[in-house]
Amino acid sequence: MKGNNPRAMAPPAPARDEDISSLLRELVAHLRQNRTDLREEWARRITEAELLTAMSREEVFAEATSVYDNYVEALETGTFEALQAYARNLSERIIPRGVETHEVVGIVLLLRDVLARSLFSKYHEDFDKLNRILDAYEPAANRIAITVAVGFVQERERIIREQQEAIRELSTPVLQVRERLLILPIIGLIDPQRARQLTEQLLRGIRTNRAKVVVIDITGVPVMDSNVANHLVQTVEASRLLGATVIVTGLSPEIAQTLVNIGVDLSKMNTVGDLQGGIEEAERLLGYKVEPLVEASQAGAGT
Amino acid sequence: MEVPILKQGDFLIATIQSALTDSDLLHLRTALVQQVVRLRSKGVIVDVTALDVMDSFATRTVRDLAHMIKLRGAATVIVGIQPEVALSMVQLGLTLEGVATALDLEEGLAYLSRKFRWG
Repeated sequence: MKGNNPRAMAPPAPARDEDISSLLRELVAHLRQNRTDLREEWARRITEAELLTAMSREEVFAEATSVYDNYVEALETGTFEALQAYARNLSERIIPRGVETHEVVGIVLLLRDVLARSLFSKYHEDFDKLNRILDAYEPAANRIAITVAVGFVQERERIIREQQEAIRELSTPVLQVRERLLILPIIGLIDPQRARQLTEQLLRGIRTNRAKVVVIDITGVPVMDSNVANHLVQTVEASRLLGATVIVTGLSPEIAQTLVNIGVDLSKMNTVGDLQGGIEEAERLLGYKVEPLVEASQAGAGT
Repeated sequence: MEVPILKQGDFLIATIQSALTDSDLLHLRTALVQQVVRLRSKGVIVDVTALDVMDSFATRTVRDLAHMIKLRGAATVIVGIQPEVALSMVQLGLTLEGVATALDLEEGLAYLSRKFRWG
């Protein structure tokens, strides 16, 4: 209905700007005056819509108060830096508690609705004035909603990036367990970049430790796609070029099924069920024979 | 540049010392295949430690060399492939199928000695 109002469109820009700022001032005064009621109404609507269920009623009210104040301030000053900073700070606090994007967007839109309703009821007698007030209010309110939502999403992305970094930095150790025997326990998801890093580390490890046998344990790898599987095959082949035999252990039933289903050529891969079996097989290849000491086994039987 | 072929007991050792042209490689292959029977060698070691890159031609030549020497009744082992070279080789799909490999010259000698001690 606002767009169809010819009067709102008609005035020249400077006059209109002035008009808008004075309208916004009036609006802000109204919002300040009814702060308590509107805030309560908003908190009630939030609970009603079952948003922010991860937070207690008091917390919701406390956050609602500061969001409200920041909201009014952004309307008043027309600057969004303070609100942006606040949105980031808020996101930082609520993301770890499992607050979802739809909840954050939902509560900001609810506030927008609550305030719009209060404007309707205040100016319902002067339809023309209401239109002009809404003309001033709506773009500002929309910008606020966008600012908060973007702030939240950016904060989330920042957290995701940080976590990715952390995962990448979790070094995958190449460990020597016997003379000429290395183990490489892989834990967590493997992406192409990590796979490449793993391979390089392993090949370097083979050279520096003069390894003959390598056990790659993938018990801790939840899923594997064809890219990673092919990379694993490449690692096995590259290790062989350096004169080392690779034994892969700990393939989960799911991974075994995926690998067969996607048809990765595993004929060159030497696999053993678990890490213990892999190390035993490696010891056999290296000519080691591990036997319990007689005394130790007797002592074990005695206790 | 010619690759020197040294006789060490029952084995021949060819150490590549710098990047080779394709014709150098073919020459090395011919020389080894000829000498392995002439010198009554049981095994051949090709040391590629000095190579920073092994392209498809080099890899194929080395593989063919190993197969030819096998037909001449001896064993071949390729030693000293650098980690980076190994990685780029497998990424190009060059895996030296059916050719024995070892970490370095010492390992290669150990491999051949073992092979001939146990048959």
